[in-house]
Amino acid sequence: MTLTVEPSTPVRRHASLADRARAFLPKIVLAPSFALILFFVYGFILWTLYLSFTNSRILPIYELVGFDSYVRLWSQPNWHMAIKNLAIFGSLYIFFCIALGLLLAILLDQRIRGEGVLRPIFLYPMALSFIVTGTAWKWFLNPGLGLERAMHQLGWTSFKFDWLISTDMAIYTVVIAGVWQASGFVMAMFLAGLRGIDGEIIKAAQIDGASTFSIYRRIIIPLLRPAFLSAVIVLSHMAIKSYDLVIALTGGGPGNATELPSTFMYSYTFTRSQMAVGSASAVMMLMGVAAIMIPYLYSELREREK
Amino acid sequence: MTIRMIAKLAAGTALASLAAGHAIAQDNSVEVLHWWTAGGEAAALNVLKENLEAQGITWNDMPVAGGAGGNAMTALRARVTAGDSPTAVQMLGFDIRDWAELGVVGNLNDLAEEEGWEAVIPAALQDFSRYDGQWIAAPVNVHSTNWLWINGDAFQAYGGGEPQSLDELYAMLDAFEEQGITPLAHGGQAWQDTTMWENVVLAVGGIDFYRDAIIDANADALSSDTMREVFDHMTRLAGYFDPNFSGRDWNLASAMVIEGDAGAQQMGDWAKGEFLRADLTPGEDFMCMRFPGTQGNVLFNSDQFVMFEVGEGARDAQLAMASAVMDPAFQVAFNTVKGSVPARTDIDDTEFDACGKQGMAELAEAAANDTLAGSLAHGHAQPAAVQEAFFDVVTQHLNGQISTDEALERLPQAIAAAQ
Repeated sequence: MTLTVEPSTPVRRHASLADRARAFLPKIVLAPSFALILFFVYGFILWTLYLSFTNSRILPIYELVGFDSYVRLWSQPNWHMAIKNLAIFGSLYIFFCIALGLLLAILLDQRIRGEGVLRPIFLYPMALSFIVTGTAWKWFLNPGLGLERAMHQLGWTSFKFDWLISTDMAIYTVVIAGVWQASGFVMAMFLAGLRGIDGEIIKAAQIDGASTFSIYRRIIIPLLRPAFLSAVIVLSHMAIKSYDLVIALTGGGPGNATELPSTFMYSYTFTRSQMAVGSASAVMMLMGVAAIMIPYLYSELREREK
Repeated sequence: MTIRMIAKLAAGTALASLAAGHAIAQDNSVEVLHWWTAGGEAAALNVLKENLEAQGITWNDMPVAGGAGGNAMTALRARVTAGDSPTAVQMLGFDIRDWAELGVVGNLNDLAEEEGWEAVIPAALQDFSRYDGQWIAAPVNVHSTNWLWINGDAFQAYGGGEPQSLDELYAMLDAFEEQGITPLAHGGQAWQDTTMWENVVLAVGGIDFYRDAIIDANADALSSDTMREVFDHMTRLAGYFDPNFSGRDWNLASAMVIEGDAGAQQMGDWAKGEFLRADLTPGEDFMCMRFPGTQGNVLFNSDQFVMFEVGEGARDAQLAMASAVMDPAFQVAFNTVKGSVPARTDIDDTEFDACGKQGMAELAEAAANDTLAGSLAHGHAQPAAVQEAFFDVVTQHLNGQISTDEALERLPQAIAAAQ
């Protein structure tokens, strides 16, 4: 965040009061929000970091005890479960959102009739809260209420789809619901990217006799690189902080089969009276996000400097 | 201990600010933080409110619904940290102790002595209502978790007597299976799994083993052969569930028994409210009985109003409220609706139904015979961190994520790590 606004012309010695006020105006306007963000975001990040080095349980304690809570965190089977689930959920969620989003965007980009109707339909899930998505999919995937029962009633009695209640497969239902929610949004990002591609390049390729497939593979998709990057960034932080979707869909169950770092953090901090371990897990999550964001910001900023 | 110092500071600030604000004015109001917002409970709480209003005391309601009190505790943290404690807070089990340790709660000793609470409240409950011998809370009710609820028609069709042991329970569940219904309705949430588990611990090992393994968290008991038997029974019981039990709310499991889709449910006495609301008669349309093998023992959890430290001016109203909570008329009015039994054992049972009468008699008996113990699943046996460690192992085992061997190995480890 930059606050310094360089005046384009050197300030004259006899600048009027109004001119001087105008030069400061952006700083004055931005100052409150900057102060609030500094305190409520970065201040509390530091506070959480501090708490993770204490022995806080039900309420914060400020006596430092070193890396104790990190040792406890990494010795919890629940935390290993959460990390494993995040790896499964995160990678599949990002992959399928991008694959489906790109496919939908390419199909919509064929100058088809009714694009104005179809686009909002695909985008609509993004307008729902994760709680609604989770609850709807919970009913839909529940073998006793939703799809399986409907198929049985239609006469297909051997149909079986019980991932939601299976400890091995439940995490994949979270992927399904998450992909349903976010792929339309990814589609919109790719669609914007596709519309930004210069039509002349494609025409030139067509004149050279390139097939549609190779135009997409060799020209269009490589040109969409910035859109891919944005999609990965947006989706990966959504995956790491994903909480309400799991709570609504499976409640972390069956057993702890769908525990994620975010549900782990909440339960240890607020219901299990292990605030220090919860803070340590929050710090680990922050480091996970940072591991993705810092290389991204670095490459973006370096490109801008060029 | 630092936490105490912080708490004392917080309490001191609270006192100072209250003293400054209310030094002269007599504050004739109580502010009550609770999560009894559902129809019947809210109506029952109205009895208390009217009683106080008749004495000229204003009732400031501060309901925080949701999360079985979890949200209320979060709200309370904010209030106490800000030095502005409510007058009274609905609380359960070890939460009471945690807050008492912080030194922010009031003192009801004079009132308790005057009204003779010690003689009428079971000693096991007093362990939570008092801290270091000082009365800090007024208990409202006693729930107990070791109940089995059976569909009346299914039970008639079975034709046997009430099961007295786990073997007889299996015989009955087999009969239900033959009737083509789900033998045992269950909701697969960690606390429900653990409620059933603590019943089985009590049925297999008896009250002494329960105390050893759960209240004292003795590592040897937790990995003993008796505990292996407990986990084996859990596996066997899980075979009687329908496949869709995962994540189901307890009242939906009760509804399965009410509608005759399932034969029985293991659940605490709050389930009775569901049966009564469906216009079923206890003893005819549905049976209530102690979980087989746990007769004579009672696992309890008790809602209490913890009185927080308030300024001198507000103390009279607070004491009046504590007295009103212990008033037999309120205890009857509230508990007939809630499905629980009164926290005092000297109350006439005429207003209660068959299950309520049985519960009251058994509570008094268990209190006299020292067979009354706090429920693990409901925060009356271990603090939250250890309780949730039990939850983890029990629920993973019941859902087939870990074997019995792994459960026996992990249980003492998880509990040691959480302590």
